[in-house]
Formats: sequence, structure tokens, C-alpha cells
Amino acid sequence: MSKILEGLKYSESHEWVKVEGDIAVVGVSDFAQKEMGDITYVDLPEADDEVTAGEEFGALESVKASSDLISPVSGTVVEVNADLEDAPEKVNEDAYGSWIIKVKMSDPSELDALLDAAGYKALIGE
Amino acid sequence: MKYYDKLIFELSKEGRVGYSLPVNQFPQAPEVPVQLRRAQPLRLPQVSEPDVVRHYTNLSQMNFGVDTGFYPLGSCTMKYNPKINEEMAALPGFAGLHPLMHAGLTKGALKVYQEMNKALSAITGMYAFTFDPCAGAHGELTGLMIMRQYHMNRGDMKRTKVIVPDSAHGTNPASAAVCGLEVVEVKSLENGRIDVEALKPLLTDEIAGIMMTNPNTLGLFETEIKTIAKLVHDAGGLLYYDGANMNPLMGVVRPGDMGFDIMHLNLHKTFSTPHGGGGPGSGPVGVAQHLEDCLPDIRVSGFHGNFGVILRAYAYILSLGKQHLRKVGQYSVLSANYIKESLKDVYKLPIEGVCKHEFVFDGLVNDGAHDDVPGATTLDVAKRLLDYGFHAPTIYFPLLFHQALMIEPTETESLETIDSFIAVMRKIAAEAAQDPEILRQAPHNAPITRPDETLAARNPVLKYEW
Amino acid sequence: MLEKIGVKKLEDLYSDVPAEFLKKGAYALPDALSEQQIRDYFASLEAMNAKLKVFVGAGAYDHYTPAVIPYITSRSEFLTAYTPYQCEISQGTLRYIFEYQSLMCELTSLDVSNASMYDGPTAAAEAMKMAVACARKKNRVLLSCALLPHVIKVVETYAKFHGVAIGYVPAPDGQTSLEALKAELAQDDVAGVIVPSVNRYGIIEDHTGFADAIHAEKGLLVEYCDPSALAVVKTPGEWGADIAVGDGQSLGLPLCYGGPYVGFMTVKKEHMRKMPGRIVGQTVDKQGRRAFVLTLQAREQHIKREKATSNICSNESLMALWVTVYLSLMGPEGLKEVNRISSDGAHYLYSELLKTGQFEEVFPDKPFLKEFVLKPKKFPGLMQQRLEKAGFFAALDTEEGYVSFCVTEKRTKEEIDLLVKTVKEG
Repeated sequence: MSKILEGLKYSESHEWVKVEGDIAVVGVSDFAQKEMGDITYVDLPEADDEVTAGEEFGALESVKASSDLISPVSGTVVEVNADLEDAPEKVNEDAYGSWIIKVKMSDPSELDALLDAAGYKALIGE
Repeated sequence: MKYYDKLIFELSKEGRVGYSLPVNQFPQAPEVPVQLRRAQPLRLPQVSEPDVVRHYTNLSQMNFGVDTGFYPLGSCTMKYNPKINEEMAALPGFAGLHPLMHAGLTKGALKVYQEMNKALSAITGMYAFTFDPCAGAHGELTGLMIMRQYHMNRGDMKRTKVIVPDSAHGTNPASAAVCGLEVVEVKSLENGRIDVEALKPLLTDEIAGIMMTNPNTLGLFETEIKTIAKLVHDAGGLLYYDGANMNPLMGVVRPGDMGFDIMHLNLHKTFSTPHGGGGPGSGPVGVAQHLEDCLPDIRVSGFHGNFGVILRAYAYILSLGKQHLRKVGQYSVLSANYIKESLKDVYKLPIEGVCKHEFVFDGLVNDGAHDDVPGATTLDVAKRLLDYGFHAPTIYFPLLFHQALMIEPTETESLETIDSFIAVMRKIAAEAAQDPEILRQAPHNAPITRPDETLAARNPVLKYEW
Repeated sequence: MLEKIGVKKLEDLYSDVPAEFLKKGAYALPDALSEQQIRDYFASLEAMNAKLKVFVGAGAYDHYTPAVIPYITSRSEFLTAYTPYQCEISQGTLRYIFEYQSLMCELTSLDVSNASMYDGPTAAAEAMKMAVACARKKNRVLLSCALLPHVIKVVETYAKFHGVAIGYVPAPDGQTSLEALKAELAQDDVAGVIVPSVNRYGIIEDHTGFADAIHAEKGLLVEYCDPSALAVVKTPGEWGADIAVGDGQSLGLPLCYGGPYVGFMTVKKEHMRKMPGRIVGQTVDKQGRRAFVLTLQAREQHIKREKATSNICSNESLMALWVTVYLSLMGPEGLKEVNRISSDGAHYLYSELLKTGQFEEVFPDKPFLKEFVLKPKKFPGLMQQRLEKAGFFAALDTEEGYVSFCVTEKRTKEEIDLLVKTVKEG
């Protein structure tokens, strides 16, 4: 069983969002990290990059796969989790403790289109 | 094969040399000015000739080649590499030719290119070939450049998309991207062939063409090729043929006759030149007559392509001649179907029917999974094959099946070799049903056991530190 | 076999092919030859080629190939293997590639090497693409006009289709102009700059200030090098370059009418993930023993498909082994000696040719190694014919109207004296 945290928003492409004012903190779900297996690299954007809801902003890599990270919201990247550059395994160890980017949202109403914990649980069917 | 742990740097001893150079007869030239001189010490190995020979001989003994044993690596056409080809390519009158010598000095080399052009055109039904590309993917890129050039020459600048089937080799979409083309994927039907109905709506006036291989990566002949060719041509696009799978068509079917406008061949696959641990290859590109004008605009490598590889392929073609070409295609297809039919009760065959030079299983029928014991995967089968002295098939490709195991025997294997491979594959299937752990721990008697690939990717060590 | 498959004859295996596509009639191919006939025929082809002493470089250098190299590279375990997909039975290939990567990093003073590319010009084209990928928003790459002509042509071809704008930095006095470079950089659209370490005139270039100027505009400096010369000339790493590319042919590969050669690429560590091609890395097996694998594969076409850093799959692996064995045999002293003899021979030829009175110096103050250009005082056609007749391939015409010469350690004083005598007789 994958861990799903209450109080977070989830995308269908398995990113989670924690809302802190007009900032969206984005990571990937426990389900996603399990599907990937051992993550060997997190391809991060740079601060000040623009991201768009539904479009890729980076990627998770394992030995034999690469999976795009899809932004759940639109806005400007204000911070990236540089710890993951040297320690991608943190995403495997604690998917919810390992945020990937923080986005200053340009359109917070996009959050309404995301799933809540129950909806996400139904999506992954566990 | 035994484990040998040295790297050449670890044999180095100060002052030891492995070279023999003439005595310098010339007056001393001015030194390189100090601001242009290498400042760092040059740390190369200092080893004797015997050290070098033993070291690389030991390394070679941890390797498996076609000359070691059966190598049924799907889509790679690991046929036997005739030795006369090696001898011909090493002749000093070829090996000593400078690439910038004018035509009057290189008549023999130019004749090889002319004769190869004729021979490959005859075999494929194309009009003319360029020999500049150095590998299959390089040929794809060149072919796509020709495709774009054709549209540009007509002033049709909006054709910037290319259709690629979902089962295609990874190089197809990658080559398209390098060529500045956007990839549009067309889905396969359940029988593994291109979905013609799904293709139709994709054929807009922005489509430069379609990349196909026929037989496709499942080893299946695209039976609707005539319809596909007409649809694409009617929409103003061109058909590109990925020659990676040309082997079964040798002497039987020609891509040019099926309506393809551009194609590449892999001389290191279909034309028996050795794969060299991953190259050098050669990927000549053929075009139909209406595209001949587009060839001269494309310069994709330094000189004349991999001439040494082209020489080998020419020797191969001469040894086959018109008398034996057909046997290449027919026997490669015969061997593949025979293996498929002999193993389909123990390995899942997702698509029934006659295949061409290769086919794909989707893992074991009985992988041995029970209670808490996980079953054996395709990876485990592949690793277990190494224990029995066979190279593994291509695994986890194409992506259409989760446990893909792609087998291509080629025409150069005897019935005895093929039967022993079948026996081992059956034995492995029986082992999996009994005790999948045997497979999961394999290989047991290779030079190394399974390496930690995650460690390699997380903490890259990419050169020797000394 | 047919019975097992359930068909009656071989032709039935093609029953799924529409009948109209089955080739009717014989193929327009020659008759099959026996091995003896092939040998005789190739001997006749070989005899049609001129056998000349090579005094030309221009991107393909006639250095000596030690006997050990073809002996090792023709071992079937290396020769008849493919890409090391099954690492447990490919440790031989993986280890020599790791050694090759280490050696190329050492020669260029950079951090990471890939497993090889097709040739020097395509490696330069890949560097051009990489510069654009790293810069993200900038889309112009500058080429020095002193790069070898075939390098410029291939990069231009790739750029045209990949959608990269190309600019040029002139080299009016035989050396890429820093002033002209700065003017181009000021346009604020330059992703990278490719300059030759030793250029098309054989001149050792001075790149003082290049890296600073380029990095100030957030571009990448790419050095195109003759790796043999890096034993003695300032390295890409020392010039502050981000990427080094070039052709490994000068490390003992036969001329072979232009191929197979081997492109190389080394980069600074921070650009590792944007590098094209295969890379071998060190790890351990289950028993903790040192082992080697293909790594960082998520960059590559078989995983990333159209988003891969390049489409390259097969490279020039066997030629990388060739280079590795060459560098092992030569060692630091051997490679320096190759440069010393070649350079001494070239300078001797240069001064002897000037003495004939038939040439003018073009770049009298510029330092060179084994290769140089001169301006012939009269049309060189007849002289070139005489040289060919005397057994020399020399005095190659350049685009600028010069003639180019090259001397390697294979050339003797007797040969040079005869060449000069042949020139004089005109």
C-alpha cells in the first residue's frame, strides 16, 4: 500500500501539492516513487523558470527509465530542492518529505482541478 | 571466462615503454612557446609491449562475441562475420589511402563505391546511395535530412512533422528530433501492425513523411504497406525505411518496390561486417530517383564514410552473388519461425502466425511465482542464458510488451546450434517453474555476478583516478 | 524445420507478403565468387590505387600504427561482440571503454568522456547541439574560420536541420580573432563557440581570454583538437574550455580513405548529463568485486526517444580500443617523441621548401607543429603532378590558395630531401 497524505492536492500524473499561501510546494507521491524504483537522478528546473500546469518541468530518472515531472500549477519557480541533486534517493525514502520545487502560482484556481487524498486513492486503485 | 581485475593504469611502472620509434634525424625545431604548451604532466600508462598484450588478451577473455557462441540479439542481426572480409579491408592499398587524394589516385576505392552503389540499389530497389553515414542512427538522420531537403526544395516549408510507429526503434524518434522534426506517434493494432485507420487523420499537410521498418520490430510484415504507401504519398509525404530489419527481405522483397522513397542499411547487420563492441558500423542511405538531387546537399561525416566497413560488405556481397542472396532472407526467417514454434508452449507468444527474421515473446508461461516467492522475469531468463553459454536476446524491447524477449537467430546458425538453444530455453523455463530463485541469482558462472547499476548511476565513477 | 513451422516450402514463409512485392527474376548482381576469386579481385582493385608517401594532414594524419594494435583489435571476442548490453559477459569491452574515457580525460584535462562518436566533425556537431541545449534560450553557435573545412561543413549541415543559427569568427592572421569573437558575443545570442586548438593552417592557436569572454556571456567554449598534439600543446581544460571534441584518428588509426575513425568528446562535470552517447561507469557486483556497466542511460535514445540528448546508438567502439592500446603502448614519452619527430621533420621541410624560392611564407610568426601552409609563387598543378610521379602526396591545395604540408614520424629525411629536390626541378 502506498502512503497518501491527507490535506495535500494530487495530480493524475502523481505529483502532490502543498499550498502555502500563494506558493505551491510540489513533489511526487509515494505511489510514483515506488513505480519508478530506485531513483538515480532528479532533473530539476532553475529558479525563475516559468512552469505551466500540465507541462513538464523536469524528470525523475532510474537506471532504465525516465519519467517526466508534470507541473500541477502554473507560475514561477521560486526555489528548487538542491539537496536532491546529490541525494536523489531521498525521494524513495520519503516522497512527501522531499519536495522538488516551490512555485509562486499565477492562477491558484488551477488547484481546484486537482484531486484530494480520497480522489487520488481512488485513482491509483489501492 | 574468468574474472580479471586489472586496469591498464594499474600495470604502469615509471620509465617502462612499449613503443619503437625511429631515431630523430632532423635538426631541432623551435619549442612550443611556453604560453601555448601543455603545463599539466601527461599521465599515460607506462607499460611494456608484453604487458599490453597480456592485459588486453585477459580483458578479451571476459567478452562474448559471435565467434564465441550463439548471439540471438533481436534487431541486431548478429550473423557470422566472414574472415576474408577482414583480410580484404586491411590491404595496404586501401588502408594507406589519404581521404583527400584526388580521384586519379584512388581509382580502386572509387570503383568499390560505384560497385557497392549498384549492388545495394539492386538489392533494395533504390536508385542511388550515399555512403557517408557511419551507423544506422546516422543513416536515419541523413535520410530525414534528405526528406526535409526534398520538401524545402519544393518550397514547402511547413512539413516539419514525421510519423513514427509506437513500436519503432528508439533511434527513430531521436533522429527525427536531431533533424528538427516533431514526432507524431501512430499506434499499433493488437496484431502488432500499424493501425491504418489511426494513421489517416495524422496525414495533414504538415507531415514530411513516415518512418517504418518492415518487417516491424515485432518481426511482422506490415501487410498493409501498399495502402500505407498510397495514403502517405497522396498526402504529400515520403516513406522512410529503417533498414535495421532488412535481413529477412534479402533476395526476396525490395523496399523500393513497396513504395519506400528513402532508406538506410546497416552494413554491420545485414552485410556481415563485425559489430566491434558497438561500432564501427556503416549506414548508407538509398533514395528513389526523384530524390537524387537532394543527396549532394547533405554532408554528415568528415570524408567518405567508414570505407573500411564498406570494403568488408562488398566482399560479402561478392561472396553471395546473385546465386545465394535469397538464402540469407529465407534461412533467417526459417530459423526464427522454427525457434518460435519450438518454444511457444513455455514462453508467451502474444501474436501468433508466421514471423520474419525475429519475433517477440512476452515472458514465461509459468514464471514460478507462488505464495510470497516472486516469479522469474525476462531479465532473469536472459541472465540464466549466459550460464549456458548463449548470449541473451534483446530484452524489454519493443515497449509494447512488459516482458519482451526478442529473438533473432540469423541465417548463419546450424540446426544443431538452434536445437541446443531451444533445449536450454526449455530447461530454463522448467527451472523457473521449479525454483525461480535459480534464475533470479543468475548468472552463476560469468566473470561477474549482477552489478549494482543504481550505485553506478547515483555515484558516477567515469574515469580512473590516479 | 518446415514441418515444425507447419509450412511446406521456404516460399510459404512469405505468404503474408503481397504477391506483387515478391521479387521476380534474378537480382542484378555479379555471380558469386569463391574466396580465392575475391582475393584476386580485391588485389586488382587495390592495384588501381596510388601508393604514395603521405605529406598531407588536413584532418587525417599518417602516424605509425604499432603491430600490437591490429593484433589485439582483431581478437574475435572484441571484434564480433556488440554493444555491451549484457554486462556480465562484456566486461572486456566495458573495461577498455572505461580506460579510453580515462585517457581522453587525461589528454584533454576535462572531467568526463563518452564512449566515442563517429568522427571528429560529427563530434563537433554534437557539441554544437549540446551548447544550444545547455544555453536553453540562446540559439547561435560561432565557428572559427580556422577550423578544418570538413568540420565546418558537417556542423553547418547539422545546424541547418536542427534549427541552430551559425556565425563565424574570422582568423585573418592565421589565428581565430578574439576581437571579432567579442563583437559577435556582444549580440547576446551565442550559446557556444567552437575553436581549433591546432588550426587548419597547422598553427597552434592562442586562446588567452577566450573562455572568460565566452563565459561572461554564458556561452560554452568548445575546443576542436588533434588529440596527439595534446601531449605537448595547451589542453582544452587549461584553456578553460567546457567541451573538447576532435578525431582520435591521429592516435594510430590507419588513413583508410577517411574511416573508420573515432570522434571523441570530453566535458566539464557540470555538463555530464547533457552529453550525448554511451558512458561506462564503475560499480560493484553482488560479491563486491569491481565491475563496469553502461550508465547514465536515461540521457539516451532507447529510453528518452525524441527527448534524448542525441540519436547516437552504435559508435566507434573498436576504434576506441585502437586508441586505448595505442596510448598504452606509446605512454607519455612515446607520444611526446611522436610530436617531437613530426614537428622537427615539418620544420625541416618548411625551411627546405622556402630555400627553393618557389614559396612565400603565409604566417611567418605563428608557431606550428607537424603541419603548415605556404603560398606557391606560381600555379602549383605541375609541381603536384611531379610530386605524385615521384611517389609523394603533398602540397594539398587549400581554399585560400595556399598549399598544405604535413610531416609525421613515419617520414624520413631521405624522403623529405627527395621531395624538396622534386619541387626544385620544376
